[in-house]
Amino acid sequence: MPRYLLSVYQPDGPVPAPDILGAIMRDVGAVRDEMKAAGVWVFAAGLLPATSATVVRAKDGRMLTTDGPFVEGKEHIGGFTIVNVPDLDAALEWGRKVARATTLPIEVRPMQEGHA
Amino acid sequence: MAVLVRLTGDIPLAEEAVQDAFAIALERWPAGGVPPSPGGWIISTARNRAIDRLRREQTRDQRHEEADRLLARDESIEDSAEDPTMLDDRLRLIFTCCHPALSLEAQVALTLRLLGGLTTAEIARAFLVPEATMAQRLVRAKGKIRDARIPYRVPESHDFDERLSGVLAVIYLVFNEGYAASAGESLMRDELCAEAIRLGRVLRSLLPEQSEVAGLLALMLLIQSRRAARIDADGALVPLGEQDRSRWERPLIEEGQTLVRECLRRNTPCPYQILAAINAVHADAAMTSDTDWRQILELYDQLMTFGASDVVRLNRAIAVAEVEGPAAALAIIDRLELDGYHLLHATRAEMLARLGLEAEAGREYERAIALTQNEVERAFLRGRLRRSTLA
Repeated sequence: MPRYLLSVYQPDGPVPAPDILGAIMRDVGAVRDEMKAAGVWVFAAGLLPATSATVVRAKDGRMLTTDGPFVEGKEHIGGFTIVNVPDLDAALEWGRKVARATTLPIEVRPMQEGHA
Repeated sequence: MAVLVRLTGDIPLAEEAVQDAFAIALERWPAGGVPPSPGGWIISTARNRAIDRLRREQTRDQRHEEADRLLARDESIEDSAEDPTMLDDRLRLIFTCCHPALSLEAQVALTLRLLGGLTTAEIARAFLVPEATMAQRLVRAKGKIRDARIPYRVPESHDFDERLSGVLAVIYLVFNEGYAASAGESLMRDELCAEAIRLGRVLRSLLPEQSEVAGLLALMLLIQSRRAARIDADGALVPLGEQDRSRWERPLIEEGQTLVRECLRRNTPCPYQILAAINAVHADAAMTSDTDWRQILELYDQLMTFGASDVVRLNRAIAVAEVEGPAAALAIIDRLELDGYHLLHATRAEMLARLGLEAEAGREYERAIALTQNEVERAFLRGRLRRSTLA
């Protein structure tokens, strides 16, 4: 079955107050449990802030290392989930559940098949 | 085409296979005669070509599996011309083309290309973009359907209403672009209107129980019935109130009114039905002065209960002008946030002119003219401007 990457796009800056964040984490946990129960959950992770990111690239035979995320912006990927579902409609349905739980936009993107 | 998309699950492959089949038919039929079921012959030939094409790409195991899967489908596709499977296939294809994961312009282009009879060049012309741009748009959309696995099926019940609204919006957009071309020299692009009505009829035959579908078809038919009267011999725009009503096409009106009555019987109102009913009231009036504006105003009030946009309020104001006078209409118009929308300025100008405020009306007509991209509409507004300055 095709796999899809559901990426959470999170605004940079301070995290929500503990009570709000707590409720969000509870809802996100509930969606994860639902995914596991449905047998579609493959992997998920939350990421530390984009300010902690580093970019390395090969240039003219040398490696270049720079501070910060690759794309400058006000929002960055804050976490992701990989699901294994039959088609885009099913992936979008899970994406909507994650969007409701996180209160953030979710990018749903198919993964290449046939590669581990 | 729709059958092949289901069998192969791959729109580009299905297109190529169908083209192959027609090419073979062109070679064979003149000499060997047309087979008893030409449609079925095309489908089974195209299926075989699809299998050949899949096999030829031997580098990919997955392709082999697909060829096997196709071979395994032992369906009686020979006698398919009007069978239910074929109708289902068409319905599935409509929902795939109008999938919300595709951009609206891609949805429109795919629908016209795969369900309508239009070529890429014709669609490009209708939307005033270069053919290469339109071809690219289609390729990208088909690529997304394949890569993201946009399913080829009728949506499930929890999704159905929303997805159907999306399909209707695409068809209505095609119709509107045909009826009131947003730019260019001619006001209407007939092939788009005809195509939208054709799609409306197809959808109605596939979903006869959906009154929203009947409502949209009725609306398009009733608007289309006035097509000939809307443009005079010099190609100038004639507003509804000044049209020669004997030139309205009665068969289209009757078909539209029958659908409106059917919707009324079902009593599940929706915006398309109400808009159709408003147009049916106009169609009922043999002369402009016979128009039952009170009924039209009531219908607009009903329409407002479905989420009132400022465009709906603007159209309602036109009915208010007829029932309560131009001052009441102007009071509504002045509360709308549609600054920059040419029809707002044109309607405001009309109301000011009726109130005898010629100088203000002239300034509004000038704004409307500056904001209009369509040459025929612009010429019409210039005529109105002259009339108000002469008065």
